[in-house]
Amino acid sequence: MADRVDALFFFLLAVSLFISLLVLVLIIAFSIKYRRRAPNEIGAPIGGSIKLETFWMVVPLLLSMVMFGWGASLYMSMQHPPPQAMEIYVVGKQWMWKLQHPEGQMEINELHVPVGRDVKLTMTSEDVIHDFFVPAFRIKADVLPARYTTIWFRPTKAGRYHLFCSQYCGTNHAVMGGWVTVMEPAEFEAWLAGGPVEGSLAEAGERLFQQLACNNCHASSGKGRGPSLVGLYGSTVRLQGGQTVIADDDYLRESILNPRAKIVAGYGPDMPVFQGLVSEEQVLQLIAYIKSLAPPLAAPGQPGTAAESKRPAGEAKKLP
Amino acid sequence: MSTAASVPALRHENYLNVSYGVKSWLLTTDHKRIALLYLVSITLFFFLGGAFAVLIRLNLLTPQGDLVSAETYNKFFTMHGVVMIFFFLIPSIPAVLGNFLIPLMIGAKDLAFPRLNLSSWYIFNLGGLFTLYSIIRGGVDTGWTFYTPYSSLYSNTHVVATVVGIFITGFSTILTGLNFIVTIHTMRAPGMTWFRLPLFVWTHYATSLIMILGTPVVAITLALVAVERVFHLGIFNPALGGDPVLFQHLFWFYSHPAVYIMVLPAMGVTTELITTFARKKLFGYHLVAAASFGIAVIGFFVWAHHMFVAGVSPYAAMIFSILSYLVAIPSAVKVFNWMATLYKGSVSWATPMLYGLGFIGLFVMGGLTGLFLAALGLDVHVHDTYFVVAHFHYIMVGGAVMGYLGGMHFWWPKISGRMYPESLGRLAALIVFLGFNLTFFPQFILGYLGMPRRYHAYPPEFQVFNVLSTAGASILGFGMLIPAIYFVWSMRYGKHAESNPWHLPGLEWRTQSPPPTENFEVTPVVTWEAYEFAPRAESEVIGRFRPELERS
Repeated sequence: MADRVDALFFFLLAVSLFISLLVLVLIIAFSIKYRRRAPNEIGAPIGGSIKLETFWMVVPLLLSMVMFGWGASLYMSMQHPPPQAMEIYVVGKQWMWKLQHPEGQMEINELHVPVGRDVKLTMTSEDVIHDFFVPAFRIKADVLPARYTTIWFRPTKAGRYHLFCSQYCGTNHAVMGGWVTVMEPAEFEAWLAGGPVEGSLAEAGERLFQQLACNNCHASSGKGRGPSLVGLYGSTVRLQGGQTVIADDDYLRESILNPRAKIVAGYGPDMPVFQGLVSEEQVLQLIAYIKSLAPPLAAPGQPGTAAESKRPAGEAKKLP
Repeated sequence: MSTAASVPALRHENYLNVSYGVKSWLLTTDHKRIALLYLVSITLFFFLGGAFAVLIRLNLLTPQGDLVSAETYNKFFTMHGVVMIFFFLIPSIPAVLGNFLIPLMIGAKDLAFPRLNLSSWYIFNLGGLFTLYSIIRGGVDTGWTFYTPYSSLYSNTHVVATVVGIFITGFSTILTGLNFIVTIHTMRAPGMTWFRLPLFVWTHYATSLIMILGTPVVAITLALVAVERVFHLGIFNPALGGDPVLFQHLFWFYSHPAVYIMVLPAMGVTTELITTFARKKLFGYHLVAAASFGIAVIGFFVWAHHMFVAGVSPYAAMIFSILSYLVAIPSAVKVFNWMATLYKGSVSWATPMLYGLGFIGLFVMGGLTGLFLAALGLDVHVHDTYFVVAHFHYIMVGGAVMGYLGGMHFWWPKISGRMYPESLGRLAALIVFLGFNLTFFPQFILGYLGMPRRYHAYPPEFQVFNVLSTAGASILGFGMLIPAIYFVWSMRYGKHAESNPWHLPGLEWRTQSPPPTENFEVTPVVTWEAYEFAPRAESEVIGRFRPELERS
């Protein structure tokens, strides 16, 4: 992605250099060639030219449409993470970054990732707006309270890269940063294996699910007071009133914290509000758990890669 | 007021010597005196904002930010932005030069609502006092953008006082815009048809539209921030059920067009400068006039290009990107028409022209780097970095301030009746141009390398460019002091100005320098087109102009 951004940058740089040099040279040339020689001198009586005006409206317009198209296509690929990307959850707060791997590793102001693997970040903030910015990867996205934003990248070279907060967030904004460490896959495996981990993110979510007694109503049989959550993630949910919604991260977050916002068709507004009772990290754990509740039978005939994307996030799976 | 006292009595009565004493200034309804009152106010704010800029640059000399603490630094850049934008750039050209010149240019005695004009100045200063109060009480640290929920909940500084100050000042902008529009519609002299108006008037008309339509939105938005802060009503804070991105939409709905409030009048000044000092009819008058309206109208529909990484829908982002490219076209048209005006002209390199040419160069760079920021995939990388800081300083300082300085030099003979020192003026223009580029060009590189804006401290590899930028800032600051000093000096010691030192056909040059209170002794009748340079322009002077007095 960095190469593609740089290519667009250099294209724009070339066009800009050409135009600014043209303007500079013409201004200087005209000012010298037509400098005033006699105090009473008057310039030639030229009022305008439709042809010239049209020319310098149409050419910049066409050029700028190329810039628009190029920039937009780049942006679209930035907006759509590849389906098998490894998922990292990010919580920003004044003034630190908390990053969670699906395997359960928790990092602060540091992110370890392997070379050559797509990485998708799902991010939210506990307080004000922050912004996750890694200049080396040419990626940036605001991190907002009460909703999730995502970005993705694929590191191509091992090394340590700056991580900055680039949305002003208060006193220590300038030091709310850290490092992204890109490792060779084998090293990354070793790193993942080391360090104390109390189970995966989804397992933590499962424990929380029982502690908060969610399982009392959300029984997997589908006969509880609440709907079953098995296979919910990514599916289309029919709501009271006939509307539908895709069960994505934002929907799950809202339904946990403020369940009355959207009520599933056929159920009552019985669920208590969890706003203020669970932290952003706990919400992410619960979502990771709900994601791991894949339908009992994966649709037969699907290629392995697609199945992998639905793997329970917590399974200690060997990375390619 | 010292401005009046320092001008010795000329042999003929004019707006400066018609009466003396503080009261005659503070209660004046003369648009020319009000323009000077504004000049005093905004100059003070300019030096206040400039002082914060100096402190910012000094702090950034070292990576650790040794000069001040992070907390203080955050207040410095906030107050630099608030003061410079709301209390200098937005009023600068319209409230000083526009106020002074629009009635003169269209052959009117005053603006349509002279007392409203004076109240605008009082309202402006009242707003300024609130902001000064918040600065003295310890300042504000939200950034001039006041992003929620930081500003509405988390900041522990004087957000409300600052916001109230901006809210109040907004009314002075609205009233000035209203005054201009009514004046231009109803008070043009006989024969001054719409297409005989100088482009300066056209750009001020377009600017006034933005002032009237945009300013209420930012005023209400900032009022909502204060309401949420004081009464905890959930508007922008998600914890209270609000939406933080809503604030950004509302804020930029005004604050993007506000850039055009700053730069359109500067374009008007530049147009006057280029055609005057090339002594040639403006190339493509109608198109240049129309371009101002193109910019004003499209400028209202590009606001979300400030929000490409704020989690907006990618499809909305595409619309705003394409509109941002469209708004660049009328700006390009203006630049090309200025260049074509130079072609086969009779180009003089007087000080105002140097600022005019400097404006074109810097505005082109500011505009072209805007194309980088409008490109969606590229904006993701450079958004909120020093690339953006450099870009908007090229537009606001390189554009608006250069235009303001050029205009001040150009009309100074009319305003003060005195000439500024020409060679010192050219030297200062050159120093400002070089200092400006040295300050802000390195910031483009810094931004692409990834240095985020609003950083009190930064990784050591960015230091080289920061040192260059600080060095440039000291040259720029020095260069800006020179005109401030010689303008004051010239009020007493400058050469007396003729009524038409640049030999122009425009109405403001067909009355004495400085003009009498009523501007013209008899209402002028316009029989010529704008920028009609002809030898007869000099002799065909109407109104109160008396050549025998000019030789004194």
